[in-house]
Amino acid sequence: MASDERRYALGALFGTGAAELIEHIPHCRRLGMEVVRVAPREATVRLPYREELVGDPVRKVVFGGVITTLLDHASGLAVFCSLPELTAIATLDLRIDYLRAAEPGCDLVGRAECYKLGAQVAFVRGSAWDRSPDDPFASLLATMMVGANTTLSPMARAVRERGGT
Amino acid sequence: MRGRRALEHIPYARFLGVTLEEDDGDGSICRLPFRDDLVGNAALPALHGGVVGAFLELAALVGLIDQTDSERVPRPINFSVNYLRSVGPRETRARAEIVKQGRRIANVRVVAWQDDPAKPVAAGIGNFLV
Repeated sequence: MASDERRYALGALFGTGAAELIEHIPHCRRLGMEVVRVAPREATVRLPYREELVGDPVRKVVFGGVITTLLDHASGLAVFCSLPELTAIATLDLRIDYLRAAEPGCDLVGRAECYKLGAQVAFVRGSAWDRSPDDPFASLLATMMVGANTTLSPMARAVRERGGT
Repeated sequence: MRGRRALEHIPYARFLGVTLEEDDGDGSICRLPFRDDLVGNAALPALHGGVVGAFLELAALVGLIDQTDSERVPRPINFSVNYLRSVGPRETRARAEIVKQGRRIANVRVVAWQDDPAKPVAAGIGNFLV
């Protein structure tokens, strides 16, 4: 891991879920989202099941767009976990395929991998599951702009305050 | 309005606080009021990209329910979102348009804006099983 720590801006946080990666984001706090694990170029995030996120009141299945939030967030973290230096990023586009309904009552887990980091654009793929990563209910493809604007990344600020970089 | 009834019955739509405007003959318009706990980037500030995507998908679903007389709630097969501008701390609106209504599949396009409909903040397109 020592070489990874030098190569990646967030290298010091690789391993199990680091709360500082997510706790400064109001919407993630509201949803109770947790980081399960971050590693070089990838991130896994958990979203606890909540009745208020249901899209189909008969089947009690979480609304599809909530899965967008889970996977968009995992994608952003995966890109942050690819960067040699923290910079602002922004989602350019994403596509979700709904492979099946998510299991009612189950926490949702999403994992994303940044499989190509370009100078300006990062390419990400991911999937989400309830019981087993081998049986995902959704898959994702996304692209993200790197160095999206001149504002200091809130991620960089949050991590720096903790002495992470 | 079937779309409005659907919004009242979908817990996540109530969570977001999404409402539906009267159809002006040009399709349904959904409104998403701004709330601090929908923010994904507090420095800008801007709505979480996931909220924007979920709002577009909800607007597409509600537009489909509103403009068709399907018995079942349509189920999404896939949905794509293009993020065009940062979505600031104010109301967002979205208009859905059914591109094609087939026997089994409907293709729905949706555009979202804030101050000016000519400056869209996001656009989505998806296929639904009807």
